Amino acid sequence: MSYAGKTLHIDLTSGKTETKPLNIELAKNFIGGIGLGMRLLFDNSKPGTDPFSPKNPLILATGPLSGTMAPSAGNSYAVVSKSPSTGGVAESKAHGFFGAELKRAGYDAVIISGKSEKLIYLWIDDDSVQLMDAETLKGKSPHETEEAIKEELGDYYIRVASIGEAGEKLVRVACILNDEFRAIGRTGMGAVMGSKNLKAIAVRGTKDVNVANLEEFKEFIKMIHERMKGPKTRKYRTLGTPENVLVMNALAALPTRNFTQATFEGAEKVSGEYLNERYIKKILGCATCGMRCDHIAFIPEGPYKGTTTRVEFECLWALGPNCGVDHLDAVIEAINQCNYYGMDGISTGVIVSFAMDCFENGILTKKDTEGLDLRFGNHKALVEMVKRIGSRKDGLGNVLGEGTMRAAEEIGKGAVKFANHIKGLELPGYDLRGLKTAALGFAVSFRGACHLRSGAYSPDIKGSVDRYKLEKGRGAIVMDLEDQYNVIDSLILCKFSRGVYYDGLEDMARYYSLATGIKMTAEQLRLAGERINNLARLFNIREGKGTREYDTLPPKIMSVPIPDKGAAKGSCVNQREFDVGLDDYYEVRGWTKNGIPTVKKLNELGLNDFAHIVKGKTEKPKKEAKRKR
Amino acid sequence: MPTTQSKKFVSADPNKCVGCAVCEYTCSMTKEKTYNPTKSRIRAVRLNPFANLAVTCRLCEDPPCVAACPRDALTQSEETGTIMVDEDACNGCGWCIEACDYGAIMLHPETKVVYICDLCQDEGKPQCIEWCPEEALDLVTSDLLAQKARRTAVKKLFQETIKTV
Repeated sequence: MSYAGKTLHIDLTSGKTETKPLNIELAKNFIGGIGLGMRLLFDNSKPGTDPFSPKNPLILATGPLSGTMAPSAGNSYAVVSKSPSTGGVAESKAHGFFGAELKRAGYDAVIISGKSEKLIYLWIDDDSVQLMDAETLKGKSPHETEEAIKEELGDYYIRVASIGEAGEKLVRVACILNDEFRAIGRTGMGAVMGSKNLKAIAVRGTKDVNVANLEEFKEFIKMIHERMKGPKTRKYRTLGTPENVLVMNALAALPTRNFTQATFEGAEKVSGEYLNERYIKKILGCATCGMRCDHIAFIPEGPYKGTTTRVEFECLWALGPNCGVDHLDAVIEAINQCNYYGMDGISTGVIVSFAMDCFENGILTKKDTEGLDLRFGNHKALVEMVKRIGSRKDGLGNVLGEGTMRAAEEIGKGAVKFANHIKGLELPGYDLRGLKTAALGFAVSFRGACHLRSGAYSPDIKGSVDRYKLEKGRGAIVMDLEDQYNVIDSLILCKFSRGVYYDGLEDMARYYSLATGIKMTAEQLRLAGERINNLARLFNIREGKGTREYDTLPPKIMSVPIPDKGAAKGSCVNQREFDVGLDDYYEVRGWTKNGIPTVKKLNELGLNDFAHIVKGKTEKPKKEAKRKR
Repeated sequence: MPTTQSKKFVSADPNKCVGCAVCEYTCSMTKEKTYNPTKSRIRAVRLNPFANLAVTCRLCEDPPCVAACPRDALTQSEETGTIMVDEDACNGCGWCIEACDYGAIMLHPETKVVYICDLCQDEGKPQCIEWCPEEALDLVTSDLLAQKARRTAVKKLFQETIKTV
């Protein structure tokens, strides 16, 4: 049985800790990871809680496969809370080594509430849990923190997840980093940790993690290991995700200069090809994994000589083409600075590009930037701006530390036109103007703009649909992908490995059953995925953020047509087709036109307990009802 | 006793090893029927992203661990050169652990006796080698290691010549 069977509750205000048995029925229905985490969030939070309130719990959840030798899933954990970026549900996952350690310490989930008076770190040593003084760690980067804690505790196999200065200073895009380069990146979980005066979580787990059927499990993972050497993971093992730069550029889907153009004339200079040839020194792998994807770059010369950091497409895009920067040394350094301060590289890049757009359009001036020439393409300004956001330095750094949505409101003067976020979370590197299934997927994603909630860009890019159109039928595509991705994030499989499950949910159900000994079918798993999506939606509705008016696209996506030459020219999403898409999606989901799950749907999914959240909200408007008669 | 030239042990190639610890999980799965790196006979070390190496017993000549044991609990196998532990004699004092220059001896958290790589005698071949995704682990002799190093050095010397041939 690969669940640990236990949850750990820590109140940082009183310092009290308590363990409770895991409700196995709950675990089966919500699997683990983000599903179980979000279910526990409901039990441990009250509506309307401020994300930075001591009452907002920070929940770490392992998955049913964490701690086993399951490639990619064996090393993972998820963090769930209420997001300081969106005010809705927050979730993020990370791999590396930390998640396995937490499971071996004996926990399916750790629920952290309250707020410590002083800066502390948690020391979870199997059954022993201590609050340790962290005053000397103040202002240190996550990596420095990790090293210092290992030194202090005298064990180099201890695993640490920690925040940097950005998290301490409540920068709303702050992340949590573990094992040097692996991030709980999105939705501002580092800031929630900072609001609790919690600098780090150090774990040593020495307990066995057992699977129900070792012999068959072993055969299964051997098969997955072999598949991981095959074609489905080729990209991740060779050039890595930066391969996307030239691919997306060729499709005119590479957002450039804060979603002004969709192609970048400097793409070659920041391409995966150039990156690998000149900078990548080693490709690492996480614990238990059969593939290697961690492309570690090293800057050989120049002002940033010696900088060593992991590079993936998203951060490379956000801080490169998206800011008009084709100077790869500076882009890598900017990624490194995001890691140093502990910030989500995607959101940080989009915040900087937003500020650059404002600067180019006269909304921000040199007076606001303290003399910094914040034009697109100024790579020195890019690195400097990342540092200012991370430390909330000067007026502008402080304002931008609030994230794009809040900063645009604060700056005023029409800055909202340049703010590229959905629900308060910044857009990742897909130009939605010419990827319209993705546009729908991003708009309805429960954690805000996200390519990893449904991967709905995939049918657009593969060409299985007309990517310049949003029409009936896309709702079902988005829903199927979402439900599958919810399963992936609850088993906490690495999304880079998703292609090796040749039989999709069938493979995943078998995986789950072999590890836990709990019988699970593909259909039951799919239903769990749907249940989890509805649960997330319910949380957002509970917080007043879960209705149609929040499923939006940024102004630029809806009003600035792609200017570049080629097939994509002139494309952007219009309101009419967007409404068709939303209606279609809500219909297949069994939600009302306002995007609210019906009581019938909740009953079907076994979410009856939550019917009170939608009560009085699901009735059809009277006029419409009359017309139908 | 195998000769110095023929004695085989598990060694990781520092250029290939990425410190992923698949070997640790494989070892605990094979020898302990569970997943727990703290019960592995091979341990991965990552000093920084570029410096990774998995380390296990190198079957030393005249092994200092055997000499260090005051209870004669350790002996070197005549047949394979592996270090065998008499679990009844071992009291977990840790002198052998201290004597080993490679950190290749571990104290078992439950049985409280030391355990050392036995090249997976029961399975016929070391399972960590079978599972290593990088093919970084190999069963080698010191002579083979020397040969490899020699060839690398000579290749470097004749870099230009090899290219033009």
